[in-house]
Amino acid sequence: MIPLLCALVHVAIAAPIAFVGATLHPVSGPRIDDGVLLVEDGQILNIGARGGLAIPDNAVQLDSSGKHIIPGLVDSHSHIGGSRLNEALGPVQPGLSAVDAFDPTHTSVDRARAGGITTVHVMPGSGKLIGGQTAYLKLRRSSVVDDMMLCVDPPDGAALPARRGRCGGMKMANGTNPQGDGGDPKSRMGAAFLQRQALARGQQRLKALDNGPPAPHDPTDLDGDVLAEVVSGQRTVHFHTHRADDIATILALRREFGIDVVLHHVSEGWKVADAIAAAGLPCSLIVIDAPGGKPEAMQLSLQTGAILEQKGVPVAFHTDDPITDSRLFLRSAGLAVRGGMSPDGALRALTLTPAEMMHLDDTIGSLQPGKAADLVVLSGPPLSTWTRVEQTWVEGHKVFDRATPEGAALAAGGGADLALPEEPR
Amino acid sequence: MNALLTCWLGTALATPLYLRADVVHTVSGDPIDNGAVIVDDGKILAVGPAASLAIPEDAWVLSGAVLTPGLIDGWTTAGLTGPLNSSGDQDHAESDHAVDPALRALDGYHPRDPLLGWLRGLGVTTLHAGPSPGQPVSGRTFIAENRVASVDEIALKDDAFVVFSLGEQPKNRFGSQGSASRMGNAATIRQALEDARDYATRRALPPADRASRDLGQDALVELLAGKRRALFHAHRADDIQTALRIAEEYGLDLVLAGAAEGWMVAEDVAAAGVPVLIGPVMARSWRDGEQRNSSFEAAAVLADAGVTVGFMSGYEGYVPKVRVVLFEAAIAAANGLGFSRTLRSLTLDAAGILGIADQAGSIDVGKRADLVLFDGDPFEYASHACVVVVGGAVVSETCH
Repeated sequence: MIPLLCALVHVAIAAPIAFVGATLHPVSGPRIDDGVLLVEDGQILNIGARGGLAIPDNAVQLDSSGKHIIPGLVDSHSHIGGSRLNEALGPVQPGLSAVDAFDPTHTSVDRARAGGITTVHVMPGSGKLIGGQTAYLKLRRSSVVDDMMLCVDPPDGAALPARRGRCGGMKMANGTNPQGDGGDPKSRMGAAFLQRQALARGQQRLKALDNGPPAPHDPTDLDGDVLAEVVSGQRTVHFHTHRADDIATILALRREFGIDVVLHHVSEGWKVADAIAAAGLPCSLIVIDAPGGKPEAMQLSLQTGAILEQKGVPVAFHTDDPITDSRLFLRSAGLAVRGGMSPDGALRALTLTPAEMMHLDDTIGSLQPGKAADLVVLSGPPLSTWTRVEQTWVEGHKVFDRATPEGAALAAGGGADLALPEEPR
Repeated sequence: MNALLTCWLGTALATPLYLRADVVHTVSGDPIDNGAVIVDDGKILAVGPAASLAIPEDAWVLSGAVLTPGLIDGWTTAGLTGPLNSSGDQDHAESDHAVDPALRALDGYHPRDPLLGWLRGLGVTTLHAGPSPGQPVSGRTFIAENRVASVDEIALKDDAFVVFSLGEQPKNRFGSQGSASRMGNAATIRQALEDARDYATRRALPPADRASRDLGQDALVELLAGKRRALFHAHRADDIQTALRIAEEYGLDLVLAGAAEGWMVAEDVAAAGVPVLIGPVMARSWRDGEQRNSSFEAAAVLADAGVTVGFMSGYEGYVPKVRVVLFEAAIAAANGLGFSRTLRSLTLDAAGILGIADQAGSIDVGKRADLVLFDGDPFEYASHACVVVVGGAVVSETCH
């Protein structure tokens, strides 16, 4: 019975799927009304206006008239799957990895799918200066995190695999969150010093590795290896920051060490927009309903996205789930439009721009032939309050469907009950 | 200088206002296409089709897409919980008394708090402010206009509900005082009410035997006498039923607040005739917390069952430091409650729940002029509240 079922599923996947009649938002190009989106083998085969492209005879046609289809959402900063914890090994802990704390069966992961999120960047919290390695995960249906990773890590046993950056980045933080007792810094001076010291250590390690692979008797240095990836630019630094002077500190660290950096949260980014633009740094913003909660979030503004957009800064949004709910990720872009951002820029900030920040835009972020068939079927225009996420597809597989009872419960309901498991099947 | 002048013109002169909108939602009646409202002396003087209302001489004319009554936050700690979130600007709770009905929100309310300004810009014209959930028997709330003046000037009701809390928060905070369990918490509340009865008896004795005055007991005696109302914060279904049970035992005039699982016992709540202040709609529904079963559809389920629903922002310990009922309600609107019922919940129904419907909650002649002019559908993410009027004064005239 089971082999037969697998075979059926396999056949169903093998046939091309045609979404017919929807308003398509490719993001990489202009909107297509009454369009056709062709999907095959988990990839986008073709996209265009109805009548403008041939639908294969064997394609499964899905009537999508009245719907809007957008690329799968890319959440550039999230703590779903239980990855939020701050470890307390010390202020600098680059050897940790969010992959080791990610539970794919956690309700928050299902809720992300219900919000249209297909790729998620999960990471440790901001309580440490260097919090650990982050993970870029594709929200395929699986109970094992390895199946969700966007890379094989390490792919070929090389000391510094060239594509290792696809696995994830490095979480760093400044401002008040990483301040604390014990070994944590008490001031911004101490924070910048410890971060410089760690990056300098990475430079040393990189220099040592450049002289050849470590000999068997050389001491293992897991922290140093990953710091070497950071200073070599292969591992992107995702830097939690709020205040304008903290942002300026990151610009200085980047000048000194040549690291690849994305600024995260960036509450006071509007104050130093010109400096951010001049440095060419991308920003991943959180959109919060009101300022405050801590002094460094006092000056956050709904207009930050608009101001940075006008300066030419690449802007993405993130949920920071559980700070905002993954199911309401589209809302972040809607509120940014309220703050003056262009609707096209706001939709791009949920899809292609974050994909670019994570260097994943060759496979995700837009509806283009050859890219992964990650897409969201919406009941209406993408940034309207009244629009619902109806379906989420990852690589040609439907991973969320609001029309099912489970999907409806997930979309509107809470974080699941404490029910004991039904008889495992 | 400019700001000063505007301020002076806006309040002291009390210029009559003429607000015109493509749609005027009076809430008490049908929407009026191309409608207008005339405001004078802080009150609504006239409302109707713009064609039938002449613009008064010297009136300040303001125009937009949609005009609604001012929005009402059904229960909030805004005004008591500033944005810094440090001890200097947090005045929402006493930490060491499980029973504290002597507290009055009015004494801790800071009308100049910047978060009140944030809410004002987004159309929240009336707030029901009180201590945060946590103490089994907490202090008293007050209902305020959202404008910058002394608390005496802005009070619509200077001393309103007594706040009670059930569930996790009192367990976490007052375990050492006999509230480590739901049993202990209910016992603490009942004992406080029994003590108040006893106190009332002893206060009626001849002077030699009379109990000395206790400000907290006075409030509970008024509550037991029906002169004051009870606001019970409860999330879990069984906590909601405990609130209904205690209210029935002691004849309390009850309003439920929070109510994450209220939708699961909607029929019971409806049968008890108890209104619900829902919030927050966008609650963080942790898998193991008491809000784990909160639902975006909760307001719709309760309303369908016949429960009167309002929205509340409640208390927030981190970011966002305050929630905006306009934003919270929009999510309920898109999840079954719909436009009309949501707007009514935010205005007239909330006013009814708070006992101020004679003054606020709808655009009717003679009511206070609390109004919001939007540039589109108020619940759309990308719309703006462009003009906000509180008590006849324009308190915001830039789009938020």
